Amino acid sequence: MSAPASAAATELGTSLKTSSGKTFGRRARLAFYNRTFKAICVVCAVFVCIILFSILFLMGRTGILTFEYVSPMEFFFSTEWVPENEQYGAFIFIFGTFALTALTMLIAMPISILIAVFLAEVTPPWLRAVLRPVLDLLVGIPSVVYGFLGMTLLIPLLRDVTGTTMGDGLLAAAIVLTIMVLPTISRISDDAITAVPKKYRDASYALGGTRFQTTFKVVLPAARSGIMYAGILGMARAIGETMAVVMVIGNTPQLANSLLKPTSVLTSNIVMQIANVPFDSTWNYALYLMGFLLLVISLLMIVLIRFMQRKGVQR
Amino acid sequence: MQAPAHTRALIEIDKLNLYYGTFHALKNVSMEIPEKAITAFIGPSGCGKSTLLRTLNRMNDMIAGTRIEGKIAIGGADIYSKEVDVETLRKKVGMVFQQPNPFPKSIYDNVAYGPRLHGISGRKQLDEIVETSLRSAALWEEVKDYLKRSALSLSGGQQQRLCIARALAVEPDVLLMDEATSALDPISTLKIEELAQELKDRYTIVMVTHNMHQAARVSNQTVFFLNGEVVEYAETEKLFSTPRDQRTEDYISGRFG
Ligand SMILES: Nc1ncnc2c1ncn2[C@@H]1O[C@H](COP(=O)(O)OP(=O)(O)OP(=O)(O)O)[C@@H](O)[C@H]1O
Ligand SMILES: [Mg+2]
Repeated sequence: MSAPASAAATELGTSLKTSSGKTFGRRARLAFYNRTFKAICVVCAVFVCIILFSILFLMGRTGILTFEYVSPMEFFFSTEWVPENEQYGAFIFIFGTFALTALTMLIAMPISILIAVFLAEVTPPWLRAVLRPVLDLLVGIPSVVYGFLGMTLLIPLLRDVTGTTMGDGLLAAAIVLTIMVLPTISRISDDAITAVPKKYRDASYALGGTRFQTTFKVVLPAARSGIMYAGILGMARAIGETMAVVMVIGNTPQLANSLLKPTSVLTSNIVMQIANVPFDSTWNYALYLMGFLLLVISLLMIVLIRFMQRKGVQR
Repeated sequence: MQAPAHTRALIEIDKLNLYYGTFHALKNVSMEIPEKAITAFIGPSGCGKSTLLRTLNRMNDMIAGTRIEGKIAIGGADIYSKEVDVETLRKKVGMVFQQPNPFPKSIYDNVAYGPRLHGISGRKQLDEIVETSLRSAALWEEVKDYLKRSALSLSGGQQQRLCIARALAVEPDVLLMDEATSALDPISTLKIEELAQELKDRYTIVMVTHNMHQAARVSNQTVFFLNGEVVEYAETEKLFSTPRDQRTEDYISGRFG
């Protein structure tokens, strides 16, 4: 006993079912746009992938030629970088890069977290409204400016304080890099802390927790993955940074067994030497290999970030 | 049936006024809350039940622009006087929220959080507190083998009982429950009501509820609010059988609200 459909229902049915009948009606046009747009997106995505793989391939292909003349053992573990004598041990630079990055993070993380806590939990709203945009602006300052500041302010200061004659070296570079990555890490951590739900804080306060206890026992652990994400982002920036480092590290191929000894890292060594090397030389290949190494390290870090973002979403 | 009128008042609220900025949220509220009994706050949405509840452990202090006049005394001590330490007050006056809000930590660490805040760190002592609190909250049997598991893996009803256990772990005298069952299914709700019944022998419980049947079922005393005012408060049986005020009668018979 099916009652006849009401007029409204019939109309709804027809409007769902059909295209308007015209060959190039609104519906057909929308479908066309949809398809075109999708095609453009796919092309762009493919293009980006091609670029990435070309870069990897280009750097890797030239870099790998190093191993025709230098054993991997020598390249990775020898401290003798004397291209004039055909000695291409990159250990100094690899070690320098890792040491510099580690030192930078060691200084930058605690300070950034304190800044973030201060911003998110302590600062009155009006001050926060000023500080956040200022930090965001700092992120965009060209690194060469930080290098200048390091050269003209920091290095003389280090000379005075430590009594050394040079002042260039890991410490100076780490301080400059710290100042550079501080805004990035602290702002992203700040966002992570701000995003911690109020209900966790309420629960802690309702149990008699002080603000200090609540911040360090509840809020920071709850924001942990976001803060780690901020740290890795800052670290990726520190590893690849060239200009600011070149200006304060001293650019001497000697192992940095002291914080105040001029040394060199992967980026600074590449940029200092690449202009002077013959195109088809082992020296050139070795520099490419160092670049390739940097590239792989940064890619790994980005993969790590992606991985953590996904984990963050799950929680 | 316990007669709250005969028990001693633990909390005395005297001519309390509360303002959120210019908004007058509580108007001249006075009442006594008896010790070791359940007092229910009922009333339509927005009438100030949660606000009053939060004045009792001073959670309102954290809402900017709140101003308070009048007096609240717990055990004879004015809780808004300068000598009172807010953290100690909140330790003594525990709170369970509407939405279960366990920390994103393990079940064990959730319960141990409060005691740790207040300086207890011995492993054995904490183990003991965790067990007794979870037992008091009728959750021990369900979780005793999973104490290291994340609290967020529990069901909503279990989470809420965990929150009760967490509140009990700091040995409060008063337990405030703000619509603690409104996010839960009927069976979990029943469990928590039963739990409240058991706990009232040891704790003074104040609960906000939207559910009049719940108030009638579990509470000893009921307070009816309207627009920030106390319209009527009495023993629960009396209030529901012979309300003195017409507005109370209208509300409990479902004629408005
Ligand atoms: N933080 C605040 N700032 C300003 N006004 C508020 C704030 N919290 C509550 N109010 C106002 O105070 C009044 C009482 O709110 P309260 O949350 O105490 O009501 P309630 O009785 O608990 O309602 P419900 O049953 O919906 O939870 C409401 O009109 C509300 O809009
Ligand atoms: Mg409420």
